[in-house]
Amino acid sequence: MTELIKFLEPNAQIISKRSSIISGLAEILPDDCLITDERELVPFETDAFIAYRRLPLAVVLPETTEQVAEVVKYCHEHEVPIVPRGAGTSLAGGAIPQEDAIVIGLSKMNRILDVDLANRCAVVQAGVTNIAISQETDSEGFFYAPDPSSQLACTIGGNIGMNSGGAHCLKYGVTTNNLLALKMVMFDGTVIDLGGKALDMPGYDLIGLLCGSEGQMGIITEATVKLLAKPEGAKPVLFGFDTPEDAGRCVRDVIGAGIIPVAIEYMDKPAIEICEAFANAGYPMDVEALLIVEVEGSEAEMDAMLDKIIQVAKTHNVKTVKESQSAFEAALIWKGRKSAFGATGRIADYMCMDGTVPLSQLAFVLEGTAKIIEKYGLRVANVFHAGDGNMHPLILFNMNDPEESVKAEQAGMDILRLCVDAGGCLTGEHGVGIEKRDLMTHQYSKEDLDQQMAVRAAFDPQWIFNPSKVFPLEVREDA
Amino acid sequence: MSETKLILPTSADELVDAVKGAVKGGKVIKVSGAGTKDVVGNHVAADIEISTTKLSGVTEYIHSELVMTAQAGTPLSVIEKELAKNNQMLAFEPSDYAQLLGSDKEQTIGGVFATNMSGSRRLSAGAARDALLGVKFVNGKGQLIKSGGKVMKNVTGLDLVKLLAGSWGTLGIMSEVTFKVLPRPEIMKTILISGLSDADATSAMAKAMGQSTEVSSAAHLPQSVSGSFLDGVYDGQSITALRLEGLKESVDDREKRLMDALSEYGNLSVIKTEQSAILWQEIANVKPFIGRDTIIWKVSVAPSEGHKLVAELAKTTEVDAYYDWQGGLVWVSLKSDHYTTHLRQLIKSLGGGHATLTRATKDVRSEVDVFEPQPLPVAALSARIKAQIDPQNILNPGRMSQNDDVMNKAAV
Repeated sequence: MTELIKFLEPNAQIISKRSSIISGLAEILPDDCLITDERELVPFETDAFIAYRRLPLAVVLPETTEQVAEVVKYCHEHEVPIVPRGAGTSLAGGAIPQEDAIVIGLSKMNRILDVDLANRCAVVQAGVTNIAISQETDSEGFFYAPDPSSQLACTIGGNIGMNSGGAHCLKYGVTTNNLLALKMVMFDGTVIDLGGKALDMPGYDLIGLLCGSEGQMGIITEATVKLLAKPEGAKPVLFGFDTPEDAGRCVRDVIGAGIIPVAIEYMDKPAIEICEAFANAGYPMDVEALLIVEVEGSEAEMDAMLDKIIQVAKTHNVKTVKESQSAFEAALIWKGRKSAFGATGRIADYMCMDGTVPLSQLAFVLEGTAKIIEKYGLRVANVFHAGDGNMHPLILFNMNDPEESVKAEQAGMDILRLCVDAGGCLTGEHGVGIEKRDLMTHQYSKEDLDQQMAVRAAFDPQWIFNPSKVFPLEVREDA
Repeated sequence: MSETKLILPTSADELVDAVKGAVKGGKVIKVSGAGTKDVVGNHVAADIEISTTKLSGVTEYIHSELVMTAQAGTPLSVIEKELAKNNQMLAFEPSDYAQLLGSDKEQTIGGVFATNMSGSRRLSAGAARDALLGVKFVNGKGQLIKSGGKVMKNVTGLDLVKLLAGSWGTLGIMSEVTFKVLPRPEIMKTILISGLSDADATSAMAKAMGQSTEVSSAAHLPQSVSGSFLDGVYDGQSITALRLEGLKESVDDREKRLMDALSEYGNLSVIKTEQSAILWQEIANVKPFIGRDTIIWKVSVAPSEGHKLVAELAKTTEVDAYYDWQGGLVWVSLKSDHYTTHLRQLIKSLGGGHATLTRATKDVRSEVDVFEPQPLPVAALSARIKAQIDPQNILNPGRMSQNDDVMNKAAV
């Protein structure tokens, strides 16, 4: 298939030294931490952005920060590019390797090191899954708030790399708002510790800078994350509308009225059908647009907030209001929403966009998205975090049809440009990766990008970390 | 002593020109807003001063979006007045040290973000840096750089916004800031526990924060300072304060549940919205130490460790202190300036954190690292970052670290 996105030309010299690099790595790592057999490398050739794949030179799966440091030091000395990897769930191609790079996978570093309830935090290794932290602390009444849909699989290291969000970040914030400390291996193998159990760190906010830096600045091996006390109860409520415009205005007015629920999720008709068929969540099938609004607290609190939301929804012709009646029903409602991508994958290949727009532009951008999709003769399902304007149009296509694949990519790029032009941004929570790399110039000027790359160079002067990602190849010349 | 030339740009273009001029002439710039926090940080030996106070005004505010954009030099009160019209607020509740530091000026919104000034609600709602969505700033080369944007969720490219927040004018001069705002809570109540020791108060605050009652702020005011608050009504007893905010029905409900959970701590009482608002403002603005002739440290540690630090300090010197952020923010007042090393060693021994010398005479400040010295690799990294944004080291050089020059050389 034609590839619209280019990777850097692999360095033939490095590839030619493959066997010596492998023996170098073998000296650092135990046998079962080094993968070099071509068949075993295949699972690492892509992530959840499956349209692109590249076999890496080798994969290492270190068990300790010291091993990571040794590997990075070796790569630095031999100028071997490094692609960091958590669980490989990136939708933006952030973990796709290249032929002259080694992958450092953190999956073996999956221990929770310390749970400190008095200070409401947990110290975890980077390969711990997102959900594992909440599972570990659930019985004590605590949880870790950011909840990307891939939370069963995705790792904290990957979440930090992409500054991941999730459905509940409307109230609780994204990863960067829930992070207290990091341990990181720098380009030359030096290990630094930033932050601690105090609420803020001294000096520059390097944790804030590193969160969302997409594996460009170093390898994070440990993190201290905030824990929150679980709410007394939580209740998702379904609001069905006859038009997307009504639903969009309802979201704007709920927020505008000073009501901030925990989550406001949007699904259009195609998304409702796909998710309902998968999860039997009881979504209304006779509406064009659905909002899942979650309120939390005690029964009295939830009722009070819900009353206010219903009042707003009524002014926007809400057709159906359906409260979950049990924990089981609530779980089904979220299962349907969080499985949206997977469920879509059962009926077609899809590409998931991630632009964020101001709330007042939601209806306009939905309409524009529909026009773009129509122009390319494709189909789309919209399912997204409406409360913070973070849109996820899923463009449906057939990957085995090269022409349609190209159209899908082009439609995606048009939609993202539309988001930026509407006052928003290219990516709200998935990251730039390779997917949106070449659109960066649409959002930022050359000087803006040069400044970002200059700061990047303070961390990685030779650009050995995640080389083909984030910054358009053509603006890199004089950085 | 020669006068420092003051430049007051009235537009981003003029700001760019002013910095470009300084670059060309090899001049060192003192970066300021209104200057309310001038006395914090190391002295900057500058040739010129660029103040943003003439870059003033709200640029864009759509209240239903919960986002405001303002020029950096806009006085905070202008922002807050504008927000109040729509019943909104800055959730991080910026603290105001003007009185503590003896300034009669009024801080700017740019100054608030450049110093990451966050009040008591920081415990639950995040710091200034968490609310900052986008910045335009002029770097040390005189380029106007944009980072972030005006939407709540944005992971497009490196988050230079966070880097600028809390950089004390050493990385750039902000011309415009875009930040998240929130609806004002319908009501506010503060549950007060009286008579607890520092250690018991720490466990009470941890217990409260572990309940599903969404306590938004938690502070402990030992007996030595409690008389400074709310016109002295609590004089003579320690006060532990826990704030609840939100819809009326919700706050009432949570109040009951929280009172039940804390019944073992004895003497509980409740104050309502107006009194609460005053109390938390006084806590954030360091009311007890205003007008005192002492050295004031702002210390950040794990919440469980704050009281231990004070107890240890008290073994060797006369100390007064109180706690915000569940015990993790400790305001320490010392009569003597001889305990810097001891203080910082204690912080290390208690699991780490940092101390900022917030108020002291110029002489003391010139002899002490005002901000916590960083471990060498982190200091070197910070110096490399500064060099990549301000290659000639002309923006507030040395304000945050006296070793800037050394580190810059090490970084090259």
